[in-house]
Amino acid sequence: MDTPMTDAQAHAPSEHRDDLGAKVGMWLFLFTELILFGGLFILYSAYRSMHAHAFEDAGKLLDVPLGVTNTVVLLTSSLTVVLAIAYMQRGDRRKATAFLLATIGLALTFLVIKTIEWSAKFEHGIFPGSPHLLEKGPGETLFFGLYFLMTGLHGLHVIIGGILLTVMLWWVVKGKTTQDNYVYLENAGLYWHLVDVIWIFLLPLFYLAA
Amino acid sequence: MTTLAAPATHATHAPHAQTEPDYLRASSGILSWIGSTDHKRIAILYLTTMLAMFAAGVLIGVLMRVEQLTIGETIMKPETYNALFTLHGVIMIFLFVIPGLPAVFGNFFLPILIGAKDVSFPRINLASWWLFITGAALAVASLFTGGGAPDTGWSFYAPFSIRTGTNVSLAVFAAFVLGFSSILTGLNFITTIHRMRAPGMTWHKMPLFAWAAYATAWIQVLATPVIGITLLLVMAERFLGVGIFDPAKGGDPVLYQHLFWIYSHPAVYVMILPAMGAISEILPTFARRSIFGYAFIAYSSIAIAALGSIVWAHHMFTSGMSEVAQFVFSLLTFLVAIPSAIKVFNWTATLYKGSIDMQPPMLFALSFIFLFCIGGLTGVMQGALAVNQHVHDTYFIVGHFHYVMFGGTGFAFFAAMYYWFPKMSGRMYSKKMANASWFCLFFGFNGLYFTMLILGWMGMPRRYYDHLPQFHTLHIVASLGSFLLAAGVVLFFVTLISGLRKGDKAPENPWGGKTLEWSLGSPPIVENFHEIPTVHQAPYAYNEESGHGHAND
Repeated sequence: MDTPMTDAQAHAPSEHRDDLGAKVGMWLFLFTELILFGGLFILYSAYRSMHAHAFEDAGKLLDVPLGVTNTVVLLTSSLTVVLAIAYMQRGDRRKATAFLLATIGLALTFLVIKTIEWSAKFEHGIFPGSPHLLEKGPGETLFFGLYFLMTGLHGLHVIIGGILLTVMLWWVVKGKTTQDNYVYLENAGLYWHLVDVIWIFLLPLFYLAA
Repeated sequence: MTTLAAPATHATHAPHAQTEPDYLRASSGILSWIGSTDHKRIAILYLTTMLAMFAAGVLIGVLMRVEQLTIGETIMKPETYNALFTLHGVIMIFLFVIPGLPAVFGNFFLPILIGAKDVSFPRINLASWWLFITGAALAVASLFTGGGAPDTGWSFYAPFSIRTGTNVSLAVFAAFVLGFSSILTGLNFITTIHRMRAPGMTWHKMPLFAWAAYATAWIQVLATPVIGITLLLVMAERFLGVGIFDPAKGGDPVLYQHLFWIYSHPAVYVMILPAMGAISEILPTFARRSIFGYAFIAYSSIAIAALGSIVWAHHMFTSGMSEVAQFVFSLLTFLVAIPSAIKVFNWTATLYKGSIDMQPPMLFALSFIFLFCIGGLTGVMQGALAVNQHVHDTYFIVGHFHYVMFGGTGFAFFAAMYYWFPKMSGRMYSKKMANASWFCLFFGFNGLYFTMLILGWMGMPRRYYDHLPQFHTLHIVASLGSFLLAAGVVLFFVTLISGLRKGDKAPENPWGGKTLEWSLGSPPIVENFHEIPTVHQAPYAYNEESGHGHAND
């Protein structure tokens, strides 16, 4: 990013395309997303150091197999989105479409599993500010408060990412995204990897806290 | 009004006849403005929105000063006063001071200063204005809907902000949306500076305003998300009762303060850095000298951005922190004064043996240095732990940050406005009126805020709608100062509007500036440059012997 690219500006902005610039912008946006979650990670570490035992106990209530399954789902979806971009670069529209569809399918799978988990928690009286949690004590309340906030915000990002990928799919099918103009697809892929990376941190912090 | 010297072009490009219509006349109709992706038009959109908000903020400030004219209730109840200082803070900070210089002058001049035809992402630029106007509308709506205007102060401290019945949710959401707008502007500017500089415009040939905009943009990108999530959490608390900041459920309100200031202290530098950048443009032009210590000024912006990000807890010395933490944050606070002082010394050195031309922008720029020094030094005083205990939550704090935000950023905004107005509008304004506005602003300002410093030192607490008899005389002095200050603001508006309506046509280079914008027509054409210039020289190439080719009216 530090290399000045000062000779690339021969054209007016209207006719000017700067793929590297678009990616720089996307990376900056991803920083802001990381820091957005960073605030929550700071809260997590502060509260965990205050309530170490309660966090361990509360962690036992989460469904590890489902959490791990979702991790595998997301990691696979990162692979499929990379494959979609790689095939687009080679001009193979059919395979790019197929892998984008697979990615969107995996995103939906993730959301379905997440919904199953959340509803199970709700059934057990575990939801933000629930009387059951308050009875258990401040550590558990904070653990599940953060759990719902962080997985909720992450879930929101999965939904946004899914919408982005659907738009990309539409552009690939329509031919707006082509072999030599795929920077939007690439940026959507970067966003999807961010969603994946954040989950990689959420898994150990919550599911494996015990 | 001003007959002028040859246009200063330090870039070689073909001399061009002004045949294309300028950006103001290129198209017309409201849609050609609110849907424009031209960075100059977007800057004007920001400017008009922001000046309206600024006027509202000033009016609220004056109302508060009227309330303090007598002991006891003067014109409002305490609850109204609480709502007014909250609004004054939210409007001034989120809608004027933070976006003021970057969104207006950054948008208009950053691309021109680095020799580009627009920013990297013109459509995102427009989107960020739309977010800004949405945030402004939400902030205004929060006054009249729900439980009434928020009464928490602009810092929305928990747990009060999660318990009060007033319309805090909408107000924090407004601030969240404004933060998003700020982030998009920041990432646009960073990308623009990395990718769009003209050939030959190396980092060390960039004008200092561009350096300041660059440092500012990084703070916007890296700090704003923290307040974004913090404000979302306040909303989550209010709607869901999660308990993160609620001591009754195990949460820690001091953590809220940490998260809030992790953003909001760097935000102070979002306010002041572009102001410093504008001053660094104005001083060489009116001193007819190359800036002294270019590299020091450029890199001190980066140093301020970096150090400013790790001093936030000095807002919380009385909130409960370990002594080690207090000591460390106190030390860091002293350190951040160093890069600011470097700038002040370099500006002063620039003036030394300069051929000083006291035009309105220069008057404001010099006032900036004076007022910023008072603001900065009173800040250093508060960095000392013992003094901090004494002045915490008094008018001393209010006086201090107004010296930085209004005396600093505000005066730099006026200076930049008077400096670049001819370029932006194609018209000159009356210098007599501009000087009169300076007189009212400068003396009104000091009458109001220096009195506040004294009041605070004597023990007058902030955010009280009433005061004790021993503070009465000084409160009257402060209120009189505020009326003079408000008159100055009115004069400022009148000067600009009458300049716009019947001012003389501005020449290309009314001040004899050397940076790229002065090589363009006033106002510039739609895509700024017919041909992207090639840059060979440093930005402030004044020949110090022959710097007098400038005739006054």
